[in-house]
Parts: sequence; C-alpha cells; structure tokens
Amino acid sequence: MAVLEVTGSNFNQEVLQSDVPVLVDFYATWCGPCKMLRPTLEQIAADRQDVKVIAVNIEDEDELADQYEVSAIPCVVLFKNGAEADRSVGLVPRDALEAML
Amino acid sequence: MTDIIIIGAGPAGMTAAIYARRAAKSVLVLEALSYGGQIINTPDIENYPVAAHISGFDFATKVYEQAQALGAEFKFEKALSVEDNGAEKIVRTAKNSYTAKAVIIATGSQNRKLGVENETKLVGRGISYCATCDGAFYRGKRVAVVGGGNTALEDALYLADIAEKVYLIHRRDSFRGEELTADALRARDNVELVLNSTVRELHFDKRLTSVTVADKAGNPREIEVSGLFVAVGRIPENSDFSAVLELDRAGYAVASENCRTKTPGVFVAGDNRVKDVRQLVTATADGAVAATEAIRFVNEH
Repeated sequence: MAVLEVTGSNFNQEVLQSDVPVLVDFYATWCGPCKMLRPTLEQIAADRQDVKVIAVNIEDEDELADQYEVSAIPCVVLFKNGAEADRSVGLVPRDALEAML
Repeated sequence: MTDIIIIGAGPAGMTAAIYARRAAKSVLVLEALSYGGQIINTPDIENYPVAAHISGFDFATKVYEQAQALGAEFKFEKALSVEDNGAEKIVRTAKNSYTAKAVIIATGSQNRKLGVENETKLVGRGISYCATCDGAFYRGKRVAVVGGGNTALEDALYLADIAEKVYLIHRRDSFRGEELTADALRARDNVELVLNSTVRELHFDKRLTSVTVADKAGNPREIEVSGLFVAVGRIPENSDFSAVLELDRAGYAVASENCRTKTPGVFVAGDNRVKDVRQLVTATADGAVAATEAIRFVNEH
C-alpha cells in the first residue's frame, strides 16, 4: 500500500474506524525533516500489510492538528482501535516507528 | 574491502563521497538516519555561493543525487565503532561490519538538551529544538527561546513575527551571536530579554504551560509560555569513536585543517571537528580536504 493523504472529511473513516493500526504522519511542506521521513513511511506502507500509513498536511488540516495537539513536526501518531496509542516526534529511524507498533 | 568508508551523509560526508568517487575510489557512506544532516532543518540557505536561495532539503537532495550518480554506495545503518588494524579499518554497525583502507568520520552534531526535568517528555508538547519547523504552531501565543548564540537570536527574531510575545532567556548578559541580530531583537516591542537567567523547571498539564527561571542570585520567576525553543548549542557526535580520535574537552575531534586525526587513515570532516567556523561551506570544504587526504592515504598504502 502507498501512503494515503487524508483530510478532515475522511479521517474518521480511514483512521478511527480502521481495522488495523494506523500510523498518521502529521507534516507540512515547509518542514525538511518531514520530507526526509516520508521515504521511511513509504517503505513501511509497502512492506507491511498489517499497518496502514496515512499522511495529514497540517497546513490544510489545522483542525486535525489542533485536535490531536500536534505542535512539533514531523509527528507520527499511532492509532489503534480509534484512539491514540503512541506518538513519535522528529526525524527517527524506521526501527523507532516500528517499535511503536 | 572498500577504499573509503564515510560515516555520516551530511554535507561534509557527501562532498567527501563526491571527491573520492571522482578519484575512482570505492566509497561506502554509512548514515544513521537520513541523508542531509542538520542542514535539512534550514528552510532557506542564503549564504552558499551560486544559489542565492535554496532550501536545506533541496540542497541535501542534490548533493545526495550527485554522489549517487558518481557511484557512491549509501547504507542507512548507524556506525557504532571504528577499529584501527593498521592497513584495515573496521567499522561496525548493529548488524554488520565493514572494512576499509581509510575512514572519514563526518558525523556532525546533535542538539544540546537543556537538562531540565520533563524536557524529553514535553518534546512535541511545547518543547522544540527547531523554531523554523514548529514556530507556526505558536501563532499569537507566548513563547520563550533559550540560548545566546546565533541560532537562539535568529529563532527569537523568527518567532517574533509569529508569536504574540517572545522571551529570550540567556544565562549571561551579553550574546555570543551577531550584534546585528541582537540589535534587531532589542528593537522589537514583543521581545523581552531575560538575561543572567537559566531555566529551572517546566510546568505542564498535558502540554507546557509555563517555565520557572532563576537569575544569578537564585530569584525565581515564572513565565507563562506554551512553547519553549531550546537553542543552547550542539554536541559533536564523536563519543563512539574515541578509540581512534583525540577529543577536546567539548568533545570535538582534534584535527587541523588537513582533517587528519591521531590515527593514520582516519580523517574527520565537518561540524564534529575542532574549528572556528561551522557553516555549510566549511563543512563541504572539509569534505573535499578529508577526501583528498584519504585518497592520498589509500594510494600510498
């Protein structure tokens, strides 16, 4: 699977109602570390069928960023069964993201 | 055996890779995180010759592509140690060990932490080490910057355009950073300098709500802020390589402009080396020098 770009209108369906754990990458286009993190997330999305990887552009979706209290990016929030289970802030290696799962 | 292993894919390491490949040496670059290093945090580089404006991400990506096109191999593994067996150097990662005739250590530096309780817990919940990444979250809010160098001054100035109020907390009464930037800060109505003061405590509910600072006499003052930007310098990433490097008291690798270390065949390049000016252009210059020295070493041994 590829990294799916999600907005406020389908966040509920794609993230909160997902059957599998979801990694949500809150990012912005001005953020260099976010761009560096993206290939790692794409690899996870490609390699793992048991996880969904979602991206949320915080410039367009500031309400979602507010709702989940994102105040530093890149911020990857792990959702399980519709609730936040863990989060990782900053540019981290793949191992660190997978360790949350 | 690889001719030259380069540890760190920042500007210094990747430039070294370009030079080494152009001398037809085999090159393996080991990187713990992602290519680019610290420069990827810079939204706009304005002081690198040729490009009047380029983002750190674009700069890093271009250098990476250039090194790759020349045949440098990149592996994303963290180098944990360098061992000197004379003609053969062994670089170990968690899963592998690699051998080379010469090694260039270009690991750069990481953000220095404040060292205050709950700091790590509040990263992403009010504590940030990158004003340009996270400043936008504090539009119309009150924030503080800690530090007295150029990064702290520039961060405070950047945030003054976004935040309602910016406190600049510094442990001395004068700044290490450029006077011009300090003057620009003093001219801003919404910037307050909190001098001769250090951060002692962080207060929070779910997120940071305020900080307590103390002046030299120990008088406490609580300042309400929702963001604290830490810019108290950087720590060189040399501690894993002390077997082959001589380190100064601050942890920088001792080497002169020729980038040679105490170990023949081991070179350093970039911000982790003892030097006066740590800039993008001096990092790439180090990469060229260290590679040239490493190429010579490989040719002679």
